Amino acid sequence: MTPDRPAGTPGPEAVAALMVERPLREAWRMFAANRAALLGLAVLAAIVLAALIGPPLYGVDPFDIVWAPFSPPGEGAPLGTDYIGRDILAGVLQGGRATLAVGAAAAVITLVIGLIVGALAGYYGGWVEEALMRLTEFFQVLPPLLLAMVLVTLFSPTLTTIAVAIGIVSWTSVARLTRAEFLRIKQLEYVQAARSISARDRRIIWVIVLPNAMPPLIVAAALAIGVSILFEAGLSFLGLGDPDVMSWGLMIGSNRKDFLEAWWPVTFPGIAIFLTVLSVSLIGDGLNDAMNPKLRQR
Amino acid sequence: MRALGVILPKLVYAVGMLLAVVVLNFLLLQIAPGDIADTIIGEMGGATAEIEAEIRASYGLDRPLAEQLLVYIGNIASGDLGYSYYFNRPVLEVILGRVPATLILVIAALLFAIVAGTFLGVVAARRPNGLFSHVVTVLALVGYSAPVFWTGLMLLILFASIVPVFPVSGMVSPVFDGGLAARVVEIAYHLVLPALTLGIIYLAQYSRLSRASMLDVLGADYIRTARAKGLAEGVVVYKHALRNAILPVVTIAGLQFGQLFAGAVLVETVFNWPGMGLLAYDSILRRDTPTIMGVLLFSALLVILANMATDFAYRLIDPRIRGRA
Repeated sequence: MTPDRPAGTPGPEAVAALMVERPLREAWRMFAANRAALLGLAVLAAIVLAALIGPPLYGVDPFDIVWAPFSPPGEGAPLGTDYIGRDILAGVLQGGRATLAVGAAAAVITLVIGLIVGALAGYYGGWVEEALMRLTEFFQVLPPLLLAMVLVTLFSPTLTTIAVAIGIVSWTSVARLTRAEFLRIKQLEYVQAARSISARDRRIIWVIVLPNAMPPLIVAAALAIGVSILFEAGLSFLGLGDPDVMSWGLMIGSNRKDFLEAWWPVTFPGIAIFLTVLSVSLIGDGLNDAMNPKLRQR
Repeated sequence: MRALGVILPKLVYAVGMLLAVVVLNFLLLQIAPGDIADTIIGEMGGATAEIEAEIRASYGLDRPLAEQLLVYIGNIASGDLGYSYYFNRPVLEVILGRVPATLILVIAALLFAIVAGTFLGVVAARRPNGLFSHVVTVLALVGYSAPVFWTGLMLLILFASIVPVFPVSGMVSPVFDGGLAARVVEIAYHLVLPALTLGIIYLAQYSRLSRASMLDVLGADYIRTARAKGLAEGVVVYKHALRNAILPVVTIAGLQFGQLFAGAVLVETVFNWPGMGLLAYDSILRRDTPTIMGVLLFSALLVILANMATDFAYRLIDPRIRGRA
C-alpha cells in the first residue's frame, strides 16, 4: 500500500538518501560528473608528478650545456636547446617546481590576507569595515604587476619575496568576496544563536561563520592559484625572478630575443604554463558548479 | 547643484586615494637602498663625509621624515615628480611622452575585448546548449589561461614570421616618414597584434560575462512581453535585452582598467611598444627610481580617472541610478 501523498513530493526513501549524503561527498559527486573538471585534475596531477619525479628520471641538469645553441627539437635534445645550448626538456621539467611552488605559496598568502581583511570588515562593520574597505580599494587602484615588480626589485628576488609580493598585490578580490559572505551569514539564525549563548567574536568568526563561507572561497582559491602562476611567470619572464632557479617564465624571457629564428625555447615552456593554468581553471569551474547549491540535484 | 553633490564627494575620494599612493611611494623610496645623494656621489666618484653631508642637506635628506614627506607631497602637487638621471629630464616630461602610446594600446584592447566579447556572448546566449556556446566557453578558458607575453610571442611567430603580414616591434617603423594620415595608418598597422594580444584575455572574460548576463535577462518577463508584442527577434535581443545585459560588462571593464594596465607592461615589453609599461620595465632594470615611482603614481591616477569615467558611463546607461550619489 502506498500512502497517499501529493504528486511530486519525494518519498521517504528519497528523503533518507538526501539526508545521509554528506556535503563533501555530494560536492565530489557533482565534481566527478563534470568531465572537463576531471580532465583538469588529471592534467594537473600529471604536471605536478612530472615536476616532482621528472628531473631525477630524466637526469639532465637544466643549467648544463649539452649541445650546440639553438639546436632544433630532436637534435641533441628531445625538445631542442636554448641560446647557450641547454636542454629545453630538462628546463621544462625542473622549471615546473619553482612555478608551482611560488604559485601555491602566493595563493596561500593571497587567501590569508584576503580572508582576514574580509572577515574582519564583514563581521565587525562600522569604522573597521570603512577602513579595511578603503584599504582594499587603495590596493585595487595600484596596477598589480607593476607594484609586484617594484616590490621584488626593492627586496632581493628570491622565491619567498616573489610569493609575498604576488600575495600583497592580489588579495583584494578575496577580501571583497569574504566580506560579502560574512555580511550575509552573520545575519543568519545560527549565528544569532551562537551570540545569544555569548560565544566570543573570535569563535563566531572562525568556527561558526567561516566554514559556512567556504564554498565560494574554495573556488576563489583555485582562481588565485591560476593568477599567481601567471604572475610568477610574468615576473620571471621579465627577468625579475630568482636568476639561480630555473622557471618556465625565465626560459621564455631569456630566449625571447631570438624567437623568430628559434621557436622551440619559447614555445614549450609556454605550453607548460598554459596547460597548468588551464587545468587549474577547469578545476575551479568544476568546484564552482559542485559548490553552487542552485545547481545541485540536477 | 545636484550634479555638484554627485561629483564633489567623488573628487574628494579620488584626491584622497592619490594622496595615499603618494605616501606609499614615499615609503617605498625610504625602503629602497640608496637615495639621490648616493647617486650623485656615485657619479662624482666618491666624496668626503663633509661633502656628503652637504649634499644630503641641500636635498633636505637630513630633515625629519615627516617633514620630508610633506615636502615630497608638496613637490608632487606642484607637478614635480623628480628628475630622471637616465633621461636627464624631469620625470613628468618623460612619462607624459609615454602616456599616449599606452592609452592607445589599452583602449584599443579594451574596445576589441568588449565589442567582440559581448557579441560572442550574446550569440552564445541565444542557444545556451548549442555547439557555438560550448566553443565560446572553451575559448574563454583558453584565452584566460595563456600567459599574455607567450600569446604575444606566438602571434608574432605566426603573423610576423611564418605569414609575415604584421611588423615585429615598435609603434612606427624607424624609417617612416609621412604625413599625419599616413602616420595614423602606420600606428594602426603596428597596433593590431599588441592590441589583439592584450585584448584576448579580456575577450574571454567579457564573452563569459555577457553570456551569463544575457541568459539572465532573456528569461525576464519584459522580454516575453516584447516577444508577445510581435517585435522582431533582433530588436528584442539587441535592443531590449542587450541594454540591460551590458551593465555588468561596463562595471567589470572599468574595474579591470588597472589590470589591463598591468598586462600592458608585458605586452609593451614583447612588442617593444613605447608606452609607460616599457618605460617602467626599462627603469627598473636601470634602477631609475624616480621614473619608476612616477609611473606607479601616474598609472594609479589613470586607474582612478577610469573608475570615475565608468561611474559616469554607468549613470548614462542605467537611468535608475542617475542623479544618485
